Amino acid sequence: MSIISEYGQILLILACLFGVFMAWGVGANDVANAMGTSVGSGALTVRQAIIIAMIFEFAGAYLAGGEVTSTIRKGIIDPGIFADTPHLLVYGMLSALLAAGTWLLVASMLGWPVSTTHSIVGAIVGFAAVGISVDAVAWGKVGTIVMSWVVSPVLAGTISFGLFRSVQWLILNKQDPFAEAKRFVPIYMFLVGFLISMVTILKGLKHVFKDSGFTLSFGESIMIAVAMGIFVALVGNYFLGRIKRDDSSDADNRYASVERVFAVLMVFTACAMAFAHGSNDVANAVGPMAAVISVINTGSVAAKSVMPAWVLLLGGAGIVVGLATYGVKVMATIGKKITELTPSRGFAAELGAAATVVLASGTGLPISTTHTLVGAVLGVGMARGIGALNLRVIGTIFMSWVITLPAGAGLAIIFFFLFKGIFG
Amino acid sequence: MAISSPFSMMFGNSPIKPMQEHMKVACETAAQLIPFFEASIANDWDAANDIQQNIAELENDADKLKIALRLQLPKSLFLPVPRSDLLQLLSMQDEIPNRAKDIAGIMLGRKMGIPKTLQKPMVVYLAAAVATSEQALKAINELDELLEAGFTGRELKIVEKLIKELNNLENKTDKQQVKIRAALFKLEAELPPVDVMFLYRIVEWVGDLADRSQAVGSRLQMLLAR
Repeated sequence: MSIISEYGQILLILACLFGVFMAWGVGANDVANAMGTSVGSGALTVRQAIIIAMIFEFAGAYLAGGEVTSTIRKGIIDPGIFADTPHLLVYGMLSALLAAGTWLLVASMLGWPVSTTHSIVGAIVGFAAVGISVDAVAWGKVGTIVMSWVVSPVLAGTISFGLFRSVQWLILNKQDPFAEAKRFVPIYMFLVGFLISMVTILKGLKHVFKDSGFTLSFGESIMIAVAMGIFVALVGNYFLGRIKRDDSSDADNRYASVERVFAVLMVFTACAMAFAHGSNDVANAVGPMAAVISVINTGSVAAKSVMPAWVLLLGGAGIVVGLATYGVKVMATIGKKITELTPSRGFAAELGAAATVVLASGTGLPISTTHTLVGAVLGVGMARGIGALNLRVIGTIFMSWVITLPAGAGLAIIFFFLFKGIFG
Repeated sequence: MAISSPFSMMFGNSPIKPMQEHMKVACETAAQLIPFFEASIANDWDAANDIQQNIAELENDADKLKIALRLQLPKSLFLPVPRSDLLQLLSMQDEIPNRAKDIAGIMLGRKMGIPKTLQKPMVVYLAAAVATSEQALKAINELDELLEAGFTGRELKIVEKLIKELNNLENKTDKQQVKIRAALFKLEAELPPVDVMFLYRIVEWVGDLADRSQAVGSRLQMLLAR
């Protein structure tokens, strides 16, 4: 206890520094994957993608990021164990942040694929299991999280497969795909609006409005989400009205105009993707930070402590800075590499992935957006939609689990004992 | 910092465009035989030589495209159509420029003249064979649209129609071949026997151009039928 009152200020500053460092890493690395699809298909320029990402990452983190944040903060470890030694939790969360951030930086420099989610979860489990005791880890919850890493790409792939099949059936195989596209694309836009609103209302707002006692019934929630979906579809429909048939490019490929319709849709799914990513991955930085701050503010490990809103804002800001400083470059590189993904496929992949990630965010499961997106793209490939996919990537994902988890854990253990040595 | 994301790594180079490019070169090679025949009929062997050079170069280009495409199709690639089907289709496409080169090579080497009465039907026959290969190119050029539609539905019917037309064109060349053989048979006695032998061979090889183009279409059809 005395340690916290003595060094509280320093520890608080460290938590913010490490948290922003981690958020910077998320913004620099992960966001580019989430947005690269839209850039690669030509639906968005890098500039537009950055602007969309900034707005919707932030919105996602703030409106729907609460559940995952609370999992990272107090779901993976058993807070009861730290009741007498709150300072150990502070050291642990600090070292987890520093370990995951460092690992992200090192791995990126070496050109290894990493997942921010896996490194932070590995780091938290590492410090708790080795630094405290094996019982400090909520193994049941960790098991669920690991399961969700397997389930999420499969689920995203299934949704994307279904979406692309529906596109084939409703639009591409028809006599006049262009007219059908204009007719049916607003429905997909409705889905985007509905999905995002629904998760936000059901799972997110209670974190935002928890003080005001503001609640909605399930029926009201659905009504509002439907209204939002219709609004989104109407806005989209307005932009679709401006897309005209281009006969000269259709002569070369008779689907050229159709793709331009889907490019409009992709702007919407890109927003959904950024929102989904914000709702899930911001927690990787914010969760540990929030844990530290609540211990320092209250002086104890209160399971029901209130998380100040500025913590989420700080995390969101870190992501935006990471995106602006470094993510731009990554996004441009990725965008150039995935030109094979035309808007009619890109949207299916993005929407499938976004739906899965948002669902996971609502359930409080931290998953990897990148891996989910890989699963979604494979789903479109299964529907024979993509020219060539490199299956070795599945091995790479597996490797990144095998390497990232122990690496994050190992670094966290080292940092944990370091902090313990410094502050006592 | 090196940028490596499993996401961008998963996209391979689509074989569809290179397939179409290869077929285009294959077709161009065959089409060069038309000016080549004209030069040989005019007995302008300098011009014929230039065109033969051109044909050899085009054939070489086709080979290069073929090899490059094979190398970019490792087994770990996940494709919308079976990899073996694509590779076989590619081999069949490659037969067209090979045959065109054979024809030009042997005609130039022997400075073969075509008997007066056969000249016109031969040119028409060759044009029909080249038209067959161009029809095959049209079918192959639908591959990108097929990919766009996910190899299903209406797009399949369009390709079916193109292949049907391709078969008709090939039939036409078959009939022309029978007629030319008959005409050549009547002239046999007046011509040097070795020349006649090689003339028969050229007639057969021009027919091969059409046959192989048809084979490309048939292979494409098999690739689509699942």
